[in-house]
Amino acid sequence: MSLELVGITVLWIFLYGYLIVASIDFGAGFFSYYSVITMKKHIIHKIIERYLSPVWEVTNVFLVFFYIGMVGFFPETARYYGTALLVPGSVAIILLAIRGAYYAFSNYGSKDNKWYMLLYGATGLLIPATLSTVLTISEGGIIVEQNGMILLDWSKLLGSPYTWSVILLSLVSVLYISSMFLSFYAYRAKDYLAFGILRGYALFWSGPTILASLLVFFAINQQNPEHFRNMLNLGWMFGASFLCFLVAVYLLWKKIKLGLSFILVLLQFAFAFFGYGKAHLPYILFPYISIHENFTNQAMGTALVIAFIAGLVILIPSLFLLMRLFLFDADYVQGKFIKKGD
Amino acid sequence: MTYDPVLYSRMLTELTFAFHIIFATVGVGIPIMIAFAEWSGIKRNDPYYLLLARRWARGFVITVAVGVVTGTAIGLQLSLLWPSFMRVAGQAIALPLFMETFAFFFEAIFLGIYLYTWDRFRKPITHFLLSIPVMLGSSASAFFITTVNAFMNTPQGFKLNNGSITDIKPLIAMFNPATPTKVAHVLSSAYMTSAFVLAAIAGAALLKKRESLYHRKALKLTMIAALIFSITTALIGDLSGKFLAKYQPEKLAAAEWHFETARQVPLVLGGILTEDHKIKYGLKIPFALSILAHDNPNSEVKGLNETPVAERPPLIVHYYFDSMVTIGIFLTVLSMASVWMVYKLKSVQYPSWLLKLIVLSGPLAIIGIELGWIYAEVGRQPWILRGYMKTVHGATTSTHVDLMLLLFCILYVAIGLTLVKVLRKMFKNSDVQEELKSRGIEGGPAQ
Repeated sequence: MSLELVGITVLWIFLYGYLIVASIDFGAGFFSYYSVITMKKHIIHKIIERYLSPVWEVTNVFLVFFYIGMVGFFPETARYYGTALLVPGSVAIILLAIRGAYYAFSNYGSKDNKWYMLLYGATGLLIPATLSTVLTISEGGIIVEQNGMILLDWSKLLGSPYTWSVILLSLVSVLYISSMFLSFYAYRAKDYLAFGILRGYALFWSGPTILASLLVFFAINQQNPEHFRNMLNLGWMFGASFLCFLVAVYLLWKKIKLGLSFILVLLQFAFAFFGYGKAHLPYILFPYISIHENFTNQAMGTALVIAFIAGLVILIPSLFLLMRLFLFDADYVQGKFIKKGD
Repeated sequence: MTYDPVLYSRMLTELTFAFHIIFATVGVGIPIMIAFAEWSGIKRNDPYYLLLARRWARGFVITVAVGVVTGTAIGLQLSLLWPSFMRVAGQAIALPLFMETFAFFFEAIFLGIYLYTWDRFRKPITHFLLSIPVMLGSSASAFFITTVNAFMNTPQGFKLNNGSITDIKPLIAMFNPATPTKVAHVLSSAYMTSAFVLAAIAGAALLKKRESLYHRKALKLTMIAALIFSITTALIGDLSGKFLAKYQPEKLAAAEWHFETARQVPLVLGGILTEDHKIKYGLKIPFALSILAHDNPNSEVKGLNETPVAERPPLIVHYYFDSMVTIGIFLTVLSMASVWMVYKLKSVQYPSWLLKLIVLSGPLAIIGIELGWIYAEVGRQPWILRGYMKTVHGATTSTHVDLMLLLFCILYVAIGLTLVKVLRKMFKNSDVQEELKSRGIEGGPAQ
């Protein structure tokens, strides 16, 4: 495997990691707020808080890691995306900042402040919508280079059906992934009341998710036919994704093997995400940036890959410890340590 | 004001950085202080120190959140506002940027674990051990990101020809001449500032409740730390002066309004500069600049006249430098006096003038950090990469930077105000005395 392929694979894995952990986080924020306005806070809020509190900071790192890695491995992306995305990028930063700050304010400071929860919950849905427009831009035709100036064509971005179908998919899949995970977590906590509500959310959002996925699939054909043809060649991956979806929802419906059910959700998105990504190659920004022509110099590429491996040696055991203490520890999940501590 | 993307990009970067640096500084320093308190608590079997660690940690989480979001903002803004610079930096200095996120990742994982496992382990020392990776992670990320800034001051490890870079050596770029002094000064001053901020909180509480044993212990602990770190910061600051004299003489000369290269140069505090570069009303300390630059009162110090006019930093940095140094000296003296008083007045109340100065020391330390950074950054103007790329050539060409500046202003004001409100409410609602009682500490073992 060439160094540039290692680079982009690493980045894509981290983006996938962000997609999953951030979806859980964003959806949880929305459900948290929704439970307040529907007077169900006392039932599901504790479960959500118990999971999110120790991990929210980690979620953020996945995104930071992705874009720092992107600029590191493919420095040309800084010039194109950086120049063109000033406005949408800044809006995304502002939303992320509001969300992160008000999450902390509402969870550690003023626990019953509805405004803080609203800010935290609402931005959680706006962020995936904002970030997902980058997927449209990467298909080409929206960032144009004229006389050495790099410009973003807003009318093309907002006029494309592909943009809107991606935004729709990001919104519903956030709620789907999140409620699937939280159902599993509530079940493990033996909190059957919360489980009942969250299972309802999960089943409800599964339909729109798969419909939106189909919509995106066909909208790519309009936006970038070459990419669509590449995706058809990897058709089995999308088939596998659909199969995982069916089994995952079936298991939740039957209330059996919820751990397996969530693993299948992970696989559902992994197949679709990596199938999409592989078909996108070699372009990071069609047709300006390709992984082969715009890879960083050899010395930096090698250094980054070495740093990456060294980093993983430290990170994987640490992440494992985090999960053991807060995800797979039955006593913690059931809330046995909560009162004694802070 | 006419639209100028470079000017607005600089203003927006300054704004984000100035806001972030407060939280970044306490984010690096407070974990050390929390660990220090927890360790004292375990070693002496003193529940007061353990409660101190807990309460600090509780407030700390909120500042961490703001640090994380503003840090994310500055990271993304680098590419959005300085795309041409980041293209070069991406080639030459991506390694430490990348490693910084690893360190941040590591810290994020263990901070989550640390905060939620206070009562989960049979031996208290196990929980204490979890603070070590948190300290390592936060200090390592400060280390890596500071090497990036050091690189911008003394770039090396690459060649730049007509916009294309060749001959890149990542480790040479990372360990450039500015790295040792910069990293040491940043870390030491962050520990020092955090100690003063926590001391100021204890001081304010003692002004209200003179007899509180809990706050006396807090003051003792923070002041000892503040003394140690003020001294190291001052010593490293001296080394930084020598570094500047050798590698960035124009930055030191601008700070000291030193134009003609000469020997036996005095150091000037304050004053105003006339049109023909004469200093009025300044306080002159003979030989001091020569000593600062080369440890020798007789040594020669390069003047600003050796730098072409178009490449000189703005002369206003003199005031930033002077104020930073004055604050540093004042804080060092204050911490000496406080530690002396702590041991002298074992059971007697501290005088209120001392407590008032201590309350002042927290904000002063933060102002010192801000001034130091402004001096370091404005002092390398007009360069973004000293000797290679001017700031004007690194900025975005995008329109709408002015609008973004306005939006971020509103954002930081909102976050800042809510933060103050939440922190105040948090500590008002949970009174120390009540918590001491509810945990069965008050009346328990005290020294």
